[in-house]
Amino acid sequence: MKKKLVSMLLVGTMVAGMFAGCGGSDNGSASDAGTNADASEASDAGDADSGTADEGSDAAEAPAGDEGKVINIYSWNNEFKERVEAVYPEVQETSSDGTVTTLKDGTEIHWIVNPNQDGVYQQKLDEALMNQADAAADDKIDMFLSETDYVFKYTDAEADVAMPLKDLGIDPDKDLSDQYSFTKVTASDANGVQRGSTWQCCPGLLVYRRDIAEDVFGTDDPEQIGEKVKDWDTLKATAAELKEKGYYTFSSYADTFRLYGNSIPQPWVTAGETTVKVDQKIMDWVETSKEWLDAGYYDKSVKGQWNDDWNKAMGSASKVFAFLFPAWGIDFTLKPNWDGGDGAWAVTNPPQEYNWGGSYVHACVGTDNPQHVKDIIMAVTGNKDNLMKISKDYTDFTNTQSGMQDAAKDDSFGSQFLGGQNAFTYFAPVAENIQIAPLSAYDQGCVELIQNAFSDYFQGQVDFDKAKSNFETAIKERYPEITEISWPE
Amino acid sequence: MNSNAFNKFRSVFAHVLLVILSFMCLFFFYILFINATRSHADLQKGFSALPGKYFLTNFMNVANDGTFPMIRGILNSLIVSGCSAAICTYFSSLTAYGLYAYDFKLKKAAFTFIMAILVMPTQVTAMGFLRLITKMGMYDSLLPLIIPAIASPSVFYFMYSYLQSSLPLSLVEAARIDGSGEFMTFNRIVIPIMKPAIAVQAIFTFVGSWNNYFVPALVIQSKDKMTVPILIATLRGADFMSFDSAKIYMMIFVAIVPIIIVYLFLSKYIIAGITLGGVKE
Amino acid sequence: MKRKSIDYSKWGYFFILPFFISFFVFSLIPLADTIRYSFYEYYRSGIKEIGPNFVGMENYVSLLKSDMLKYAGNTFILWIIGFIPQIVIALLLAEWFVDARLKIHGKQFFKVVIYLPNLIMASAFAMLFFTMFSTNGPINSILMNMGLLSKPIDFMGTVFGTRSLVGLMNFLMWFGNTTIMLMAAIMGISPDIFEASELDGCNSFQRFFRITLPLIRPILAYTLITSIIGGLQMFDVPQILTNGQGNPDRTSMTLIMFLNSHLKSKNYGMAGSLSVYLFIVSGILCFIVYRMTNGKDDKGGR
Repeated sequence: MKKKLVSMLLVGTMVAGMFAGCGGSDNGSASDAGTNADASEASDAGDADSGTADEGSDAAEAPAGDEGKVINIYSWNNEFKERVEAVYPEVQETSSDGTVTTLKDGTEIHWIVNPNQDGVYQQKLDEALMNQADAAADDKIDMFLSETDYVFKYTDAEADVAMPLKDLGIDPDKDLSDQYSFTKVTASDANGVQRGSTWQCCPGLLVYRRDIAEDVFGTDDPEQIGEKVKDWDTLKATAAELKEKGYYTFSSYADTFRLYGNSIPQPWVTAGETTVKVDQKIMDWVETSKEWLDAGYYDKSVKGQWNDDWNKAMGSASKVFAFLFPAWGIDFTLKPNWDGGDGAWAVTNPPQEYNWGGSYVHACVGTDNPQHVKDIIMAVTGNKDNLMKISKDYTDFTNTQSGMQDAAKDDSFGSQFLGGQNAFTYFAPVAENIQIAPLSAYDQGCVELIQNAFSDYFQGQVDFDKAKSNFETAIKERYPEITEISWPE
Repeated sequence: MNSNAFNKFRSVFAHVLLVILSFMCLFFFYILFINATRSHADLQKGFSALPGKYFLTNFMNVANDGTFPMIRGILNSLIVSGCSAAICTYFSSLTAYGLYAYDFKLKKAAFTFIMAILVMPTQVTAMGFLRLITKMGMYDSLLPLIIPAIASPSVFYFMYSYLQSSLPLSLVEAARIDGSGEFMTFNRIVIPIMKPAIAVQAIFTFVGSWNNYFVPALVIQSKDKMTVPILIATLRGADFMSFDSAKIYMMIFVAIVPIIIVYLFLSKYIIAGITLGGVKE
Repeated sequence: MKRKSIDYSKWGYFFILPFFISFFVFSLIPLADTIRYSFYEYYRSGIKEIGPNFVGMENYVSLLKSDMLKYAGNTFILWIIGFIPQIVIALLLAEWFVDARLKIHGKQFFKVVIYLPNLIMASAFAMLFFTMFSTNGPINSILMNMGLLSKPIDFMGTVFGTRSLVGLMNFLMWFGNTTIMLMAAIMGISPDIFEASELDGCNSFQRFFRITLPLIRPILAYTLITSIIGGLQMFDVPQILTNGQGNPDRTSMTLIMFLNSHLKSKNYGMAGSLSVYLFIVSGILCFIVYRMTNGKDDKGGR
């Protein structure tokens, strides 16, 4: 018996030892690096004592002095952070790893960055939003960002996660009157209440290679090239000319999708319904894409965007004449992928006005820092001087109508990459003519999946009807509540 | 000496096949290495057989990216994988020995049960797992990545098979007669015999844990607890703003180097262990 | 006499306890949770939660009506085209490595090298393949420079190409692993048996088929079982290679990719019932394999 007891003890200590061993090393490391977390936990505790009054009072009406110590901002990259650092006067410094920005009054902005890829950003944001009500004051989301493709999901009045700007003390009609109106429409819910704001506006242009233009048309002048691409019919004739000399007009069918997809007259899904309506414009895109691809106007080896082949199509060895890009596309996609010198590319008007992208800034319902949030939104999206500074430093096409008109005439806004050409001259008129498609909460999935489904059709892997049914399957998988898909006759 | 000639032929054939296979294996690493040393602009120009000069630049780009704590990530991965490998092999051996060496009422039932769950894909329970650890307050910590390794049916099965082939029960009896306690017997006699199997499984568990993306991506939220695969996904997901394929190659390179070092270090031990191991009947 | 009367059986319970506690907590409870929700309509639309509403077997029925069986077929094809070369090559290599008569040079080197691909993250490996085999990628450019091709091959544009790539990746990642595993098994066989067989004039083929194979059957079964589980769980490689779409025409969509797309759309009910299907299928598969490999043992062996 005694023996048994001893060995049982032994087992106990062994097991405990194992746990302690592992737990120990784990704990040790956690506390090494986790001082941050510890500190914030401690401050949480402190807050709970002092900040009980916070909970009762309506956040929006709380005086500035009463604000929380931490502003949590959800985003998918550093774009917004850089803009805030550049123009928000209260910024003191940002920690070397870029995760915490301290303001002059001691408030800390915590940047919570998750990749957009595979919907990770939205997943984490949704998770946090669902816990928003129960979260401690300093863990609550104060601001978050969204993209045009899914902005509607968050501005939805019923979801009520993005605060109406009015509740923050911003009057959109007065304070943001210089913004392009389509951006305001995009950031509004179905009742027209604006629930977000953006500093950028993404009118798109046609960017072309000067050397190819010279070779095929005998000129690389943006005015004359602009004539050759002014609408789809003209562009088609031009495409044939390019083909003759062995060049492709665009890299792939995905390049033109935004032009069609952003001009649909009705939303993909009407609010309150569960039917996806595929618009005639989308089918036009399918038809044209197939025709152009078969005719050899696109590079067959490029399938879609954001892949290696697409990147290579922007290199000097490529035979692709033009791309359709907004300002950010030229700067962040084309430029790094171009391996030649400056001045090789030029911009001109696109065959059709379009908008591509845009990051919207929202104040989150339940924020404990309404004053700061308001100030940040105003500084980054509603202050002309700041916006002009952003345009200059980051070549964003910013959300100020008067400012952009000035920039169009100001040669100091010329782009080095474009050989000194002032792209704003072309951007500004496009921006004024943009008709933004009516949004629905299903846009991102529809846009992504329809391109995917028909990409097989373009490449001859499946026939037209199979592509249609593949889209139906995929969309129902993505959105279980969708019951029907209607196609134009 | 027909068989000699035949063996010679086999030997040549074996060598040729081995060289081809090795080439296939190494070729990808070679491309990875080359691409990690070239800048994004270089990569745009197409493939080159010679390394570029941007190795350090790319490395610094990856290491200095604040949204992307690489060193921390490698450390986290080491902790998780190391602990997982240790407790997984130890407890699997313990379980295997328990079922192999003792006769008890539920023995058969327990064995059948483990064999039945052997096939359970982890993804199947992912949903419930996440809800559970949230309730237990282990959300966003490294523990839920480590502790479940105690119950690894497949490792158990390997250990059990190994015990069957290399541990005569007479040895256990002998230990008992010598007055060794049951637990002592396990630690002093059984564990050393199982060393080769433990080494093999430790490597597999370590690698599996190191490369695991599915579960950590669900569990880990904060930057300072992220493991390497999550970081790679983060980098890959970093969209047009920081698109730099050289950086991606570099990160893959950095992610696999520590594990290759660990492997090279352990592989000798493993192969030697296998040769020595096993109690002869 | 006294010693013999000591009942050791309790120790068995004791030794297997940690395993079962851990399993119960971290697998069984979540599994029960998953099964429970498989009978509910429960998903998220935007950021609004729908359900849970009890719907009985509805999820199961609608899954059967979907393309699930097609994805099961895809999964099987993708697995088998990787597994067959994997097990054949691994058996060959393992046999060669332990065969002293072959005098393999650089054994250590080869062993280290063939295991190497297993170390790299599946997702990273797939990414590497994706860039390398893209139409303008290194492989095409090398082949064209060598004059073997006049026009780049569109590897990922065809069913055959995509599936072969997935198979090749799975093969490369796992054949070294299997080789080492089998080698360990073959080396565990007592050398006396081989010596005896040599004295009896056994040739290599006889030795391999009559002695080695039967003796390493437990490990072979283990390999087969783990590979089947791995195959069923196949996700990272095709997911990243085809960006989650299983292109072209969903011919490389695996079951877990299907599950993932339900999880991604937060359709817990559907994901739950799919999980249950997966669980049943893997259970049946492994029961068959288990029977196949162990059944004979009971009759013939000890």
